[in-house]
Amino acid sequence: MDYLKLNLWEIKEKLESKEITSEELVKLCFQRIKETKELNALISTCEEMALKQAKLIDEKRSKNEKVGILAGIPIIIKDNINIEGTKTTCASKFLENYQSIYTATCVQKLIDAGAVIVGKANMDEFAMGSSNETSYFGVVHNPVDTDYVPGGSSGGSASAVASYQGFSALGTDTGGSIREPASFCGVVGLKPTYGRVSRYGVVAFASSLDQVGPITRSVKDSAIMLQVLAGRDENDMTSSNTEIPNYLKAIDFDVKNLKIGIAKQFFNDQLNSEVKEKISHTIDILVKNGAQTVDLDLPSFAPALSVYYIISSAEAASNLARFDGVKYGRRAEKFSDIVDLYFKSRTQGFGKEVKRRIMLGNYVLSSGYFDAYYNKAKKVQKVIKKEFDDAFKKCDILICPTTANPAFKIGEKSNDHLAMYLTDIFTVPINIAGLPAMSMPCGKNKDGLPIGLQLVAPMFNESVIFKTGSFIEKALEGEKDV
Amino acid sequence: MYKMVIGLEVHSELKTKTKCFCGCKNEFGSIPNTHCCPVCTGMPGALPVLNQKAVEYAIRAGLAVNCRINEYSVFERKNYFYPDLPKAYQISQLEYPLCVGGEVEIETNGVKKTIHLDRIHLEEDACKLIHKDYGTLVDYNRGGVPLIEIVSKPDIASAEEAVAYLKKLRSILLYIGVSDCKMQEGSLRCDVNLSLHKEGEPLGTRTEMKNLNSFRAVQRAIEYEAKRQQEELEKGNKIIQETRRFDDVTGKTYSMRTKEDAQDYRYFPDPDLIPIEVTKEYIEEIRSSLPRMAKQRAEEYISKLGLTEKDAMLLTEERSVADYFEEVLKDCNNPKFVCNWILGEVFKKMNATESEDIKVSAKNMAKILNMYNSGEIGQSVARKLLDEVWDTDKDPAQIVEEQGLKQINDEKGLEAIIQKIIDDNPKAVAEIKAGNQKIMAFFVGQAMKATSGKANPKMVNELVNKLVK
Repeated sequence: MDYLKLNLWEIKEKLESKEITSEELVKLCFQRIKETKELNALISTCEEMALKQAKLIDEKRSKNEKVGILAGIPIIIKDNINIEGTKTTCASKFLENYQSIYTATCVQKLIDAGAVIVGKANMDEFAMGSSNETSYFGVVHNPVDTDYVPGGSSGGSASAVASYQGFSALGTDTGGSIREPASFCGVVGLKPTYGRVSRYGVVAFASSLDQVGPITRSVKDSAIMLQVLAGRDENDMTSSNTEIPNYLKAIDFDVKNLKIGIAKQFFNDQLNSEVKEKISHTIDILVKNGAQTVDLDLPSFAPALSVYYIISSAEAASNLARFDGVKYGRRAEKFSDIVDLYFKSRTQGFGKEVKRRIMLGNYVLSSGYFDAYYNKAKKVQKVIKKEFDDAFKKCDILICPTTANPAFKIGEKSNDHLAMYLTDIFTVPINIAGLPAMSMPCGKNKDGLPIGLQLVAPMFNESVIFKTGSFIEKALEGEKDV
Repeated sequence: MYKMVIGLEVHSELKTKTKCFCGCKNEFGSIPNTHCCPVCTGMPGALPVLNQKAVEYAIRAGLAVNCRINEYSVFERKNYFYPDLPKAYQISQLEYPLCVGGEVEIETNGVKKTIHLDRIHLEEDACKLIHKDYGTLVDYNRGGVPLIEIVSKPDIASAEEAVAYLKKLRSILLYIGVSDCKMQEGSLRCDVNLSLHKEGEPLGTRTEMKNLNSFRAVQRAIEYEAKRQQEELEKGNKIIQETRRFDDVTGKTYSMRTKEDAQDYRYFPDPDLIPIEVTKEYIEEIRSSLPRMAKQRAEEYISKLGLTEKDAMLLTEERSVADYFEEVLKDCNNPKFVCNWILGEVFKKMNATESEDIKVSAKNMAKILNMYNSGEIGQSVARKLLDEVWDTDKDPAQIVEEQGLKQINDEKGLEAIIQKIIDDNPKAVAEIKAGNQKIMAFFVGQAMKATSGKANPKMVNELVNKLVK
């Protein structure tokens, strides 16, 4: 049996029944990591730390001591999340050698639940990008077809999970950075409700939009991961103390009377016909099983992209100002004075895309432009939220594509920034509204590239995503068998 | 004739136990970089968590100067690069400050005036830069300490008013216990905005002088800058809107940067912090916990204790002094006497020793005053005792006992001593008899000297008078 190819919930059972030890599993995992090195999914690994944790878990198990729900399971963390004693590079030259001095709350929760952290995933520099081509550590390849991008910014996380280097990986999602790569690599990516998972220790891109979430190979795995990650953190004032339901209980394979909202904006002319076909087919399956569709209008769905680039760039410009070469990270070698030190360190340390966003952000915040851009964007954000609120008065869940097209080839869009930014047109509005959403596979195109379907739920109702997603997963699995 | 238009921005560090946005200790004078963490050093991924105590203290300050407290206020990021600012932005407030309006009453040369406030907002302090010959060092201990900025309206018209306003603010902040207000430690700092104009004409262009850290510096900076601006205007030159640095050594101000190269701080609401929302009940709870303030105490001292207005004002200027006065009164119920002693001897001692506190417990002070008041000791011994117990806070009664300092009230004994002095100084006696009454003081002095100051001075005077004649 290839243990590495099992789902997280399946390997959890194997470990619990002691069919395999965590140490054995972790060793297999590192073997796999070495075999898949050419994908460039990981920036660093932590083999020593991982084996230590695995042995500790095995020891506890052998003594029948209580272990956490992720005990002994290898997991990968995106490289913009701090783990004390490891490098946290954000895939930037600026932080190439930065060692974390503390551990992010989300990672601590995983460790406390017994997870074994095996490595840090490659990503777009400071999570800015949709193809994982902006990484200082090089592009990541899509395991489905290595000529293609894995998506971004959590491209390393998605590529690693799709290539069985771990059972789950944490990603971060500011405008689609978990869902888009999950869609491109054919895995499940969840962006929880803003505030559901602590951001403490997650290197900020756009604080009001960033959210940590799991990438997994099944919907049930996603539910297990969120169960561990969710919750109020005293170190993050924006984290919510909304009650955490038992997510596994939501998985009941029953979609009778489920009201599925479909906005006319979801199926526009730019939508790839194969994507359209697969999404429609999935909706048909749900309807056949008792769900109903509700037609909706979300006029501000498209303008959300502009709102996103204003708000996220403004916050990013401020968040990334701390990388000044004074305290840590890259410092230019030759400089004449303090201003020159800032100038040279930042010029040398940041890549083009990051610089583009910083300039854009400072521009929209600058005196004379603030009202025209930032303030107006905040106003439109309110309108977008309201449209979603109204939509959820009429339905339980929204279904739309994750991206208009499947994965594109490496290099295909790297010089066409607008085309690149348009990749996120279906994911960005969700962050602007703070809603939870999941991308899951719903088929492949004629070239065998995965197509992602996006489930969007009301605030803090990840349960309905797991309920619907697991049903779709099972139904599509059943079709394959026929 | 030019008139000065002055507005002050006063920064006061709040003496909360921990910093404004993390759990690090808020403590002055510790070993550099011992009170810091990922949050206050601006490590990637760290997030601020608001210290509720800082909000409470800022509201206390606002209420003490009659501000309106905003039930909704917002933290914003003030973005700029400087090595003392690890995140490259300062968490501050702009559009929605915690407190708005308010006023402070001052008195200069017997004239009362109200200085209106624009706002008080809460923010974090920057780190401290220490400049050495080999480079500049950063001490992160101060980074993130809660600070209130009290912004006055341009109601101040002279250096004296500015200093009076600053002293009054300091007194109020000390009364309510939210800040140490130690200017030399930087827990109270002041920026001065100043412009000149002629009566009836529009306001002139202002200059700003930053980080003045003593009353004297404020006074001198204003005087110098007003003179400089006047000379410029008289020469027909325009005043340039700029930030100027006051040099304590030369007493002059120097241009630092003009408006053209002024920074664009790109303020925007901090997405890591949620807005501060306080209820009316909470505000009222803080209001009811405010102590009796200077004005109220002074009124009581005048009406209930019979002190003069001047004495009452002096006693209540600082809460520590007023508290001390009330404490001494508990054991020595003679308000006028205690007041005179504190305003006279104690203040003199504080000045002489350059101490900010009264370094004798109220209990021991009362003991000295009671002994003096009952005639058990004389004035010179009382003064001597004050010197002895200052800092040490020894029991004054014990010192009197040990050193035999009790006043000599024994008439027979004193008579013998004085008679001996008279016998030894026939020349002086002759002079008195010739009409030179001033020589009397010589005999009194000799008698005191012979008794090491312990003789009852009143008795000595009478005896000298009697025996010489």
